[in-house]
Formats: sequence, structure tokens, C-alpha cells
Amino acid sequence: MSDLMNLIGRDLRLAVREGGALGTALGFFLVVVAMLPLGLGPDLNLLSRIAAGILWIALLLAALLSLPRVFESDHEDGSLEVLATGGLPLELVAAGKSLAHWISTGIPLALLAPVLGILLNLDLAAYPALIATMLAGTPAVSFLGAIGAALTLKTRRGGLLLALLVLPLYIPTLIFGISAMSAATMSPGAFGPSFAILAAISLASVVVGPIAAAAALRIQLQ
Amino acid sequence: MQTLTQRLANPTRFMELSGMMLPWLFALAAALIAYGLYLVFFVAPPDYQQGETVKIMYIHVPSAWLAMMGYGIAAVSSFGLLVFRHPLADVSAKAVVPIGAAFTFLALVTGSLWGKPMWGTYWVWDARLTSVLILFFLYLGLMALRSSLEDENLAAKLTAVLALVGVAILPIIKFSVEWWNTLHQPSTGFTSSVYPSMRTPLLVMAIGFSTLFVAMHMLAMRNEVLRRRVKAMRMVEVEQRDSGAHAIAQGG
Repeated sequence: MSDLMNLIGRDLRLAVREGGALGTALGFFLVVVAMLPLGLGPDLNLLSRIAAGILWIALLLAALLSLPRVFESDHEDGSLEVLATGGLPLELVAAGKSLAHWISTGIPLALLAPVLGILLNLDLAAYPALIATMLAGTPAVSFLGAIGAALTLKTRRGGLLLALLVLPLYIPTLIFGISAMSAATMSPGAFGPSFAILAAISLASVVVGPIAAAAALRIQLQ
Repeated sequence: MQTLTQRLANPTRFMELSGMMLPWLFALAAALIAYGLYLVFFVAPPDYQQGETVKIMYIHVPSAWLAMMGYGIAAVSSFGLLVFRHPLADVSAKAVVPIGAAFTFLALVTGSLWGKPMWGTYWVWDARLTSVLILFFLYLGLMALRSSLEDENLAAKLTAVLALVGVAILPIIKFSVEWWNTLHQPSTGFTSSVYPSMRTPLLVMAIGFSTLFVAMHMLAMRNEVLRRRVKAMRMVEVEQRDSGAHAIAQGG
């Protein structure tokens, strides 16, 4: 257990001290959200109607760009091999690294989203739902993303391929994140079921993600 | 006593058996589809609401069913590769993906052609359509991942992992029309709510399409086995030429 905590602590320290990583993801999130109103026109009614969708899609893209970081640098300097031969099962290594990715990228992105909501004239009543759905949905983003990061560890043109592999896996999260958001503003009674399914998707990916990612890593580290 | 899958682990035996079966399978598929088309166009009545457009269904339903079966075969083959290391499992997984993707595409296209006169639009974002579209993306992802890795052995295993992760989509597609009340009607299957004069042609077309699918899958597997043999022979040839050149260089 302490091994796992050490690993998560190490990854978090690396994320903070390497610098750039988190800032880049947040900056990308900000720029994409700022670009869309320029493309769609400054109609505030339109923006407030589609704000939830813009924020969710921009969040997925920003998280996607930060995914290679999960295993790549550890693979390059050989510490992934050390982790693989260490006492911790590879599944737990993958889980720990995914969790560190969620804490270092998912949570900051989810917390930045309400600030960007102001730019999009998002309905104030939707703010609690926005933060809640994003915090509940981003674990799926990190844990499913780890599968893609592990699969593309050794590929050429890994970034584009990663997007093609991972984005389809994100579609259910996106659908239920958005449906919970729109339920919160339109018909509060319907928020519960969508939110419950969103949380279920996250929980399922916490189980599936590390197992599949570890299988992919094991194949490549042989 | 060996099971069939164990005996087929020898690619030579597979090549013999499949070579013998293929012409029959293709002939059977052609006959069934021809008979099915005859039934569809000359026997099956036009629907009292949908008119003649209902005939798209005789292609749409078998394609959609094969789109899912194709992914099922890819997943089972991947499991066979990762767990049992069956020599033909990867050949099967690699061969089935483009065929499955083609049937998925066919299901999407025929569905939208039917949707235009019936629903008034080519595409709606309903649960069934969206989940089949995700299936199509998964097929594309499998092909892209395989083609991006040079080491074929590595590509095979990583693609197998991805195929197994994607299996979650199959129940979602299957039950999407029952879980969410959406535009796409629930499957009536071959239950009695479909009139027999429409059910029989659909059944014939479904069996014909499935036979065609199996035949194409087998043909693609044979091609893949042959391609690997050619590659292995080339490698041997290059090695021999190298060692020959080496010997001359040493002798000189």
C-alpha cells in the first residue's frame, strides 16, 4: 500500500515540478474555449445554450493531449521497467499513475471549467451540476485514457493514433455528462439517473482501465 | 481426442480444409442471396405504411447483425490469441476487422437511406445510431493501431487488448433500443409480430449474408496465411543470400 502511495506521490511531484505539463493542459483548455465563440459568433443566448457541450469537449481534448505523459517519460528513462520488475503488480502501477493523472490534470481542469463558463454565459444555476459532473466524469477520462497511452507507447505518430483510439471510448462519458448537465437546468428530477450512470462509467473504467493498460504494458516490456 | 480448434492450430490443415470448403460456401451464399433477393422483390409485399422502402430492411438488418458478429469474432479471436496463443487466432482477428467495418458501414448507409423517407432525415443522434457509429470508430481504431506498429507480433497482441476493451460496446448496441426510448424501433427479431411473407425473405437474406461473411472471412484468413508464408520465405532467402555473400567475402 505504501508503495502505491509512494508511486502516486512521486507522479504528483513530477507533475508539479516538471512544470509546463499542467499549465499546458489548462492553457489549451482556455484557448479552445476562447476560440469557439469566435467561430460561432458572439450571440450570448446561443453560447449559454451550448456552453456545457463546449466545456466538456474542450476538457476531453485538453485531457487527451496530456495523456502521453502518463507512461511516456517513465518509458524513456527506463523507470517503467524498474516499476514493472518491482514488488507492485503492474495493474496497481497503472492504477496509481492513472490516479495521479486524474489528480494532476482531471481535477484542475474540472475546477477551471466554471471560470470558463463565465466566458460562455453559462447559466449560474448550472454551476454546481457542471462541477459535480466534471469531477464525477474525469476519472473515466484518466483511467480509460491510460489504456490508450499504454497501447501507443511504442507507436510512431502516437499522438494522432491516441486520439483515434481514446475518443470513441470517451463518448459514453460525454453523453451522460451532458445529459446530466441539461437535466440539472431543464428538469432537476432527471439529474439523478444520468449522474448515477456517469459515476458508474467512471467506476467501471477504474476497474477496466488499469487491467487493460497493464496487459498492454506487459506485452511491450517483454 | 482433439477438438476442432485444436486440429485447426496447424495452418496447413486449415489451408486444406478451407480450400475445400470455400467454393461451396461462396456458391451457397450466392444461391441464398439470389433466392432472398427474388423473395424480396417479387414475393414480399410492400409495407402498408412504408411502401417499397421497407425492402432496404432486408439488407440493413443482416448488415447490422453481421457488424456486431464481426466484432464478436474479433473479440473471441483476440481472447484466443492472448489466453490460448492459438496460431490462427491473430490471423482471424486481423482478417475479420475490415470485413466487419464494411458491414458496419453498410448498415449505417442503408439505415440512413431508409431514414430519409421514413424519419425525414438521414441521421439522428439516437442511441442505436450513435452506438453503431462508435462501433465503426472502434473498427477504425483497431485497423489504425495495427498498421502503426511494425513488429507484427506486438501489433497483434496490442490490437487484441484494444479489441477486448471495446467489447463493452456490444451489449450497449444490443440493448440501446430497450434502455432508451429512441427513434430506432426495437428489434422484432424473427418473432411472430413480423408477417411470415416478410419474415421468410429476411431469414433467407440473413443466412445468405452470414454465409457470405464466413466465406469472406475464410478467404481473408487464407490470404493472410499465404502472406505470412511469403514473408517468411523472403526472410529465409535474404538470410541465405547474406550468408552466401559472407562466405564469398571470407573466401576471397
